[in-house]
Amino acid sequence: MDVMRLKDISPDTVVFWQWGWVSLNATIVFTWAVMGLLVIITLLGTSNLTSETRFSRWQNLLEVLVNGMRDQIAEISPEKPRRYLPFVGTLFLFIALSNLLTLIPGFVPPTASLSTTAALAILVFVAVPVYGIVDQGLGGYLRHYIKPTPLMLPFHVMGELSRTLALAVRLFGNIMSGTKIAAILLVVMPLFFPVVMQALGLLTGLIQAYIFAVLAMVYIASATQARRQREEKYAGLAGPQEEPTQEPQ
Amino acid sequence: MDNISLIGLASIITAGITIAIGSVGPALGEGRAVAQALAAIAQQPDESGTITRTLFVGLAMIESTAIYCFVISMILIFANPFWDFVIK
Repeated sequence: MDVMRLKDISPDTVVFWQWGWVSLNATIVFTWAVMGLLVIITLLGTSNLTSETRFSRWQNLLEVLVNGMRDQIAEISPEKPRRYLPFVGTLFLFIALSNLLTLIPGFVPPTASLSTTAALAILVFVAVPVYGIVDQGLGGYLRHYIKPTPLMLPFHVMGELSRTLALAVRLFGNIMSGTKIAAILLVVMPLFFPVVMQALGLLTGLIQAYIFAVLAMVYIASATQARRQREEKYAGLAGPQEEPTQEPQ
Repeated sequence: MDNISLIGLASIITAGITIAIGSVGPALGEGRAVAQALAAIAQQPDESGTITRTLFVGLAMIESTAIYCFVISMILIFANPFWDFVIK
């Protein structure tokens, strides 16, 4: 923890460079570092794509990542997982990489700042109505706010706001607590224990990235779900259909 | 007792109580959720993927209350606005 003192609760307060009112703090620097690393890795991996049996290990890595994310998305929203892959996958990759890079000394994860996590949560907050409106039109999307009765309107609105806040504070709290606990233990017991906590922090970071992406996907799926239910109802009314192929195991 | 020691005393004690109470409830809840999920996986091993994913999402939801308490206690200890005001 060279960059951040123990008292600093957020990397926003660490200012590297200032010119007038333009200041460059640690959050911005490390956010751009993570984004640049992602772009470089992706360019390396996709520079010579091939469908031969022998391919580069970067291509293998990217294929595993993209396939895994697509399968996870398809389990939540079975129709058109490719449509949600760019948004949700980018969220996952960014959060996961910035959490994993905590291992590097001197690196402060940008997700340990409430500004970054609030920005990501606001992205989800905006993306949910966008996907909902694209999927079922403006009226269809707005209708789900008054779905059981119009009495539920304030609860729907409050639910959207509070889950955005929860997304932001959950990620921030987890990652900030990881770095903070490592720093405190380094002061108290510097020999071996911080390493164990760092390893635990890796697990926590990956799980948090997974949870953020899955929650974003669940919210988007819930906004686009109403149409599917209506179609199922009409399909049931239209007459006897063939049995659904998916049987509960 | 002057203001500085009063605010320091209140902040530290409140931070300890916050994290203590705030970790007991989610711990009980998470233990219950994991126990139920293990029982469900033992009954239906085929559905373990779905159960695990739902379990993780639910655990994150439960854990967020503990995280709120942790953030509050961290603010009380490291970034207390009243403390900064008195010190200044």
